[in-house]
Amino acid sequence: MMDAKKKPVPVRVWLGALLIGVVLAVLPFVLGMAGQSWIRTLNFALLYVMLALGLNIVVGFAGLLDLGYIAFYAVGAYVWAMLASPHFGLHLPFWVVMPAGIVLAALFGVLLGFPVLKLRGDYLAIVTLGFGEIIRIFMNNLDAPVNITNGPQGINRVDTFKVGEFVFGRAETFFGIRVTGPEKYYYLLLAVTLLIVFVCVRLQHSRIGRAWEAIREDEIAAKAMGINTRNVKLLAFAMGATFGGVAGGLFASMQGFVSPESFSLTESISVLCMVVLGGMGHIPGVIVGALLLSVFPELLRAVVVPLQQSVFGEVILDPDGIRMLLFGFALVLVMIYRPEGLWPSAVRRRERKMRESQA
Amino acid sequence: MEILIQQLINGLTVGSVYALVALGYTMVYGIIGLINFAHGDVVMVGAMLATTVVLSLVGADPAGMSAWLAVGLALLAAIPTCMAIGWTAERYAYRPLRRAPRLAALITAIGVSFIVQNIAMMVWGRNYLSFPHIIEPMVFQLGEARISLLQLLIIGGAALIMVGLMALVHRTRLGTAMRATAQNREVAGLMGVNINTVISAAFLIGSALAAVAGVMIVTYYGVAQYTMGFMLGLKAFTAAVLGGIGNLGGAMLGGLLLGLIEALGAGYIGDLTNGVFGSNYQDVFSFIVLILVLIFRPSGLLGERVGDRA
Amino acid sequence: MSTMATSKTAGGGQVLLQASGLSKRFGGLQALSEVSFSIRQGDIYGLIGPNGAGKTTLFNVMTGLYVPESGRCEFAGHVLTDYKPHQIAEAGFARTFQNIRLFGNLSALENVMIGRHVRTRAGVLGAVLRNRATRREEEQIEARAYELLEYVGIVERANDIARSLSYGDQRRLEIARALATDPKLLALDEPAAGMNPSETVVLRQLIEKIRGDGITVLLIEHDMKLVMGLCDRVLVLEYGKVLAEGRPAEVQHNPRVIEAYLGAGAAKELGITATQEEQA
Repeated sequence: MMDAKKKPVPVRVWLGALLIGVVLAVLPFVLGMAGQSWIRTLNFALLYVMLALGLNIVVGFAGLLDLGYIAFYAVGAYVWAMLASPHFGLHLPFWVVMPAGIVLAALFGVLLGFPVLKLRGDYLAIVTLGFGEIIRIFMNNLDAPVNITNGPQGINRVDTFKVGEFVFGRAETFFGIRVTGPEKYYYLLLAVTLLIVFVCVRLQHSRIGRAWEAIREDEIAAKAMGINTRNVKLLAFAMGATFGGVAGGLFASMQGFVSPESFSLTESISVLCMVVLGGMGHIPGVIVGALLLSVFPELLRAVVVPLQQSVFGEVILDPDGIRMLLFGFALVLVMIYRPEGLWPSAVRRRERKMRESQA
Repeated sequence: MEILIQQLINGLTVGSVYALVALGYTMVYGIIGLINFAHGDVVMVGAMLATTVVLSLVGADPAGMSAWLAVGLALLAAIPTCMAIGWTAERYAYRPLRRAPRLAALITAIGVSFIVQNIAMMVWGRNYLSFPHIIEPMVFQLGEARISLLQLLIIGGAALIMVGLMALVHRTRLGTAMRATAQNREVAGLMGVNINTVISAAFLIGSALAAVAGVMIVTYYGVAQYTMGFMLGLKAFTAAVLGGIGNLGGAMLGGLLLGLIEALGAGYIGDLTNGVFGSNYQDVFSFIVLILVLIFRPSGLLGERVGDRA
Repeated sequence: MSTMATSKTAGGGQVLLQASGLSKRFGGLQALSEVSFSIRQGDIYGLIGPNGAGKTTLFNVMTGLYVPESGRCEFAGHVLTDYKPHQIAEAGFARTFQNIRLFGNLSALENVMIGRHVRTRAGVLGAVLRNRATRREEEQIEARAYELLEYVGIVERANDIARSLSYGDQRRLEIARALATDPKLLALDEPAAGMNPSETVVLRQLIEKIRGDGITVLLIEHDMKLVMGLCDRVLVLEYGKVLAEGRPAEVQHNPRVIEAYLGAGAAKELGITATQEEQA
């Protein structure tokens, strides 16, 4: 009666995993041949995967539409920037700064979660949007009378990630192979991303994950079954915020510079787009969505700019504008034609079949 | 005291604009339960288009054309354009989702907002457009405070429009149909109301109001830019919620009130906080008002209590 | 079936739930006025009344979905009227819903597993680390879920999506899910609604089985045959007030109850008069 879970994993799954592992291991060197900027793109893609996975917990697992998610990314980034840069003259090690960023981000997550818990879907979305913007405005203005965030100029010369003597930001030569800063960062980000994926998978198939699903399906029934929906929702916010904070800290150390511009509403919406387009609640789908939507604009830029220059002699259509325009269309089209996303979870696929049979 | 009256005047002016935009939000929300994220961007298009029209008419020869004519032509261009945008969004993006969960419609609205914003950016660029100073800077004294011709026009114009809208909603067949649809869509349909027409009408009217609001805003502040829709839209939405979403009178009241709160807040915040927070935190007010209202009194000032049933 | 007599005397223990003076109004409508009653451990207690009598309102007040203007409801040492819905479930008071509120897109098994949430403990750390205690708890949750599906008779549908189950099976699934919370009192909101006679017989046997296993049952129902045949005591509501309370046979012959259902004057026509007891 106990089912398929206990069967041994088939050989082809192991082979597939091995193949993916090999690809992931050599990817930066392959891309490096096309130029270092592609490795940077890849690194940002990994950051977006982390963010998308974090938002997925809030939106996909628990069903709470958070439009201000980028605020946690901002908190994580600024904490790193403030504790590990010349700004305050602090250069604390990563094992102090990272946890500090995580704790503060999680705290903000709970603070944000508390007031919004009773709100209906669309109101919750607007309030979270408001919070996200408030955080950005504060980041932008807390340079007077006491200079905390250095305002619109941001904080620069932020310390890079350092483990003992091993510095991630600098290029080095190992056994005759030259490894650049971005390449080193790739492995760090990959490791953290894999860790986050692992945690998400574990959470999904646990008592907590089921509680989130219950709330998403029918909150009143969930309460009647003894689930403390307030605490469980707060947990979703806190977990999502934690991942955002981690990504933020890594971002700050990698980029070496933080400013409020990187944390706009557009970014929140972009991450939401990744989750929605990829497949809300489905971890592989969300990863694919994040990779697609972070890599595609760069590909677009690489194609569109030279194309326009050769045809028109100048760039008429701003590639950023095209990117956001396509995002907009993607959101609309996905919601109308495939709201469960490109790669939906089994639950969502069932919802789709239900919809189709009723139509 | 003079400052107070001055702030009140300023607040009423901006508040009138908020009210016009809030009406658009509240009409749509009242009928189909959607927060039309893209509404603010429609206002922006109205503002940008009006500026472009006036610039091209007047740019060469500032004294040559009557200000009234220029603004009139600007309105003539802006209103149909905005109505077209609103109609298109409803017809192709929102109508297919009428039976879908609310979050799907909200996400779609965000998508539409992005589309409108970025098309505007590609058309007009990222720079600010300056509205030429063609309106007479005539000023009237009210005791120690002053009210400009423009402010009078805005407050008066908005008031006239709001009266007209109330007349439409309460005295015409279309208005009755709209109110019926807002109360109970299915039954209204069964009673012979063409739901699609009513909903389209709500969007058309709302967008027309948005166009007028856009023209007002750009003549008042003198600048327009493709990102202006977001903040403005959010504030107007706050106004609609403050007054009671779905309630036309509420939208008007909320708009005026929010304008006043903002003006007074910006005016006095420096004094209140001993210079710690300046008027650059002005936008935060609206957000805080929004959050407080949604948490503590989601039905707004004039709305009905919204209960939760098992 | 004369098992009726035995099941009736099987109940009648200590008072498990005591409601006193519950009142609830919605705007101008007084949905409940001063409703008081008590349920004894081991009873199958019925709640009946014409439509609009306030049965579901009373139910929702007891289970924490509505806050009453006045009155109290005590249950196994807890004051339910102070509690939120999830605390009420934790205290041992489980319920089903009139309109069936299952987690539609999840499997039947997952639905029942969620019912175990309130009696289990694993948190985020346990979820991520999957230590021995967590793994054991997960195994127990799954095993108990299968047991309960078997108990209500739908174990072969364990991996089917809740929404795809037949109406009768969905009702039974909801009961299994409620039982997963290890309740002392199981409250069923119109469980027989929409069932045909043979399904109703199966339901009745299930309810008797549940009571036989030590769980007190509160039943809101319209199906008179089921209520009168199954319940030890019955509470009759009308217009938010208690009309009658007592054994089914007594209630059935109460002229006021008859008039509430059949109209004024019906009692007289049927030749039924109040006994001494009821006039008091």
